[in-house]
Amino acid sequence: MTVILEFDGVQRWFGEQRVLRGLSLRVEQGQVYALLGRNGAGKTTALRLLLGFLQPHRGTVRVLGHDPRDLGPAVRARIGYVGEDHRLYPTMSVGDAIAFEAGTRPGFRRTFVDRALERCGLRPAQRIPRLSRGQRAQLSLILAVASNPELLVCDDPALGLDVVMRRELLDALIDLLADTGCSVLFSSHFLGDVERIADRIGILHDGALLVDATLDDLKQRVARCTWVPAHGAVPPTGPHVLRVAPRRGGHDLTLLDAPPALLDDLRRRGELSPPVPPSLEDLFLDLTGPDRPGLLAEPIGELAARSGAGGGR
Amino acid sequence: MIIRIDPTAAEPLFEQVVFAVKTAVARGTAKAGDRLPSVRELARELAINPNTVVRAYEALERDGVIVRRQGAGCFLTGRGSDLAGSERRKQLQDLMRRTVTEAFHLGFQPEDLRKALDQNLDQVQFPEPRSQS
Repeated sequence: MTVILEFDGVQRWFGEQRVLRGLSLRVEQGQVYALLGRNGAGKTTALRLLLGFLQPHRGTVRVLGHDPRDLGPAVRARIGYVGEDHRLYPTMSVGDAIAFEAGTRPGFRRTFVDRALERCGLRPAQRIPRLSRGQRAQLSLILAVASNPELLVCDDPALGLDVVMRRELLDALIDLLADTGCSVLFSSHFLGDVERIADRIGILHDGALLVDATLDDLKQRVARCTWVPAHGAVPPTGPHVLRVAPRRGGHDLTLLDAPPALLDDLRRRGELSPPVPPSLEDLFLDLTGPDRPGLLAEPIGELAARSGAGGGR
Repeated sequence: MIIRIDPTAAEPLFEQVVFAVKTAVARGTAKAGDRLPSVRELARELAINPNTVVRAYEALERDGVIVRRQGAGCFLTGRGSDLAGSERRKQLQDLMRRTVTEAFHLGFQPEDLRKALDQNLDQVQFPEPRSQS
């Protein structure tokens, strides 16, 4: 698999504050990677490093085989970017913005843009300041993908959009993926959308990844259950126990690769509900919520890479 | 052919798509020669990543459930698995062992299990038995 972008041990300070303290991740060709994390976790910093807007203090970043610090216009043209603020010049009309973008990008697909505008009801004469937040988001995405980028980078593209506009944005992204098979790295807070679209997720916390795995692997490896211990039984600890949260009469347990012996032991010492995989939202809360456990020694990653053999279940 | 999925469910999305197609065939709501939606159509309809649909269709093709015709799309074959008889029997044994084990842990008795199996068999339209072993 061709590696489209890669962070390797990246650290970045802002003054005394270390915002990234060793970020490593890679996105392969055709992959949709969702970067998740609470506000301030370092998502935007990571994306800005990737695009060369910031420099890393330690570690390396590579995008399309290049150091982001010296991306020429030819390489930049292969990357589409949708920022948090959907930066569009307020003095322009929709048509001006399109003409401006077409002038700076080789391979700009004018017919694609015309069709996409029509689909979402945008007209070239509309003034940028008059557009709603959702319309600006759609226009930004259309412009970002108009030149068929190999890589699309989106910083929380759905922020501030209502449910309908978010679904339209998702549709536009699905069309892009179906048409071009381009790779995507995006940050988001909308975990329901992420569950639909992402091949792989990274959960960034305190400047490093807690999770770097496919959703399917996570659903296999992580399980939640409720345990009501017999009188005096203490909750389990150890590398398979991600979180123990007290609840009425017992504990909610989040387990990683729970061995049958551990489950048998819990059943012997109390009442155990059948373990079920968590939703992405549950997992996110378990790992980054206020009563989260200590940081993991290494991110929760590939099942195959750990068991060695791979493939089988 | 109705294909529905639940993105929050434990089962991987591509397996849900595979199972939905297999269910439609088994229940007779889809039949041999029917064309599956294109990758883009189904991805849009379910609001999921087209890569996931591609994976599902690849798995269905491997299992002999669909065939891909260049430029025309994917079609239901209407025939069973291409696997050799011994491998098919082994997979059936695996499925039964798993089902029986899980039923045991859910606290059911053998008669409950037999009744549930019969109910499910009633919903499926089986083809004429094949001559191959």
